[in-house]
Amino acid sequence: MGTSAAVFALKYLGQSIPENYLSHPKFKSINGYIPIVLLSALIGVQTFSEKTKLMIDHRALGLGVALLALMLRAPFPIVVISAAASSALLYHFT
Amino acid sequence: MSATPRPPSYRGQTFRDSLSVSLTVGSYGAAFGAASIAAGFSVVQTSLLSLLTFSGASQFAVIGVIGAGGSAISAIATATLLGFRNGLYGLRMAPLLKVRGLSRVLAAHVTIDESTGVALSQESRGEEAMRSGFWLTGIGVFIFWNLFTLAGAFGAQAMGNPAAWGLDAAVPAAFLGLVWPRLVTNTDRFISLAAVALALVLIPISPAGLPVIATAGLAVVIGLRKKDSIPHE
Repeated sequence: MGTSAAVFALKYLGQSIPENYLSHPKFKSINGYIPIVLLSALIGVQTFSEKTKLMIDHRALGLGVALLALMLRAPFPIVVISAAASSALLYHFT
Repeated sequence: MSATPRPPSYRGQTFRDSLSVSLTVGSYGAAFGAASIAAGFSVVQTSLLSLLTFSGASQFAVIGVIGAGGSAISAIATATLLGFRNGLYGLRMAPLLKVRGLSRVLAAHVTIDESTGVALSQESRGEEAMRSGFWLTGIGVFIFWNLFTLAGAFGAQAMGNPAAWGLDAAVPAAFLGLVWPRLVTNTDRFISLAAVALALVLIPISPAGLPVIATAGLAVVIGLRKKDSIPHE
């Protein structure tokens, strides 16, 4: 709920406020990097941890396959499905 | 999505652009629906996230952080930072749409990567085409995203143990798919790897959820150091 409200507020604010406030280059630069760092951190956390423990398991294989799929320019659904399939396979054999 | 130069033509083309983007992107909603169930959310919660938040990366972040045991606060903070760019899209779209009142609320809700992208790609066809591209894509993605979310959620619920179906790996793979197109320059790639490293170092020594949001500091530091060139948006 909180997320919905906050994300909507941002979208609405953007529609409403005048342009020049946020057009500072430094701000734009930071804003361009925010999604990169957060998404990257999420990849690390989701793949290599359980609660507050680091670990390498079947998910790492899935991520590796996803990386390979992206390098081969596979579309998004293929990336996700191939990662899930390879991870599930390893999960069953360990 | 990327603008290939097209001859000045009729409405049908704008409609087709909008529809194909809506269907393609909307279908990713199935991945979100499935991942959300895997992270422990109910079907209703999953659907509400898609209906009300309606911002792919932010939604994945919420289930990612909460699923990893993080607090609601860190989930909201991460999702909000990720949703920030929608506000910037709004800045770009507002002068074009010129809407007030309820329509502005509606326009704000469907201001996302895709609606903004399609609107901008119609530039050569004039403002009318840009406006219809925005609305058709925004509303189209909204409809398909929510339908596919529901389908993915029910599908995952029927499957049972998420790890047995690889759903626990599908989430980071989805993040990788989302970040991949943004890694254009060497700096981008360096920052991405640095963020992964920082998060991993923080995992054993900080409460869940914090390692992710802490990497925002990395973006600020590097963004401030950067002199002139503006990264892609």
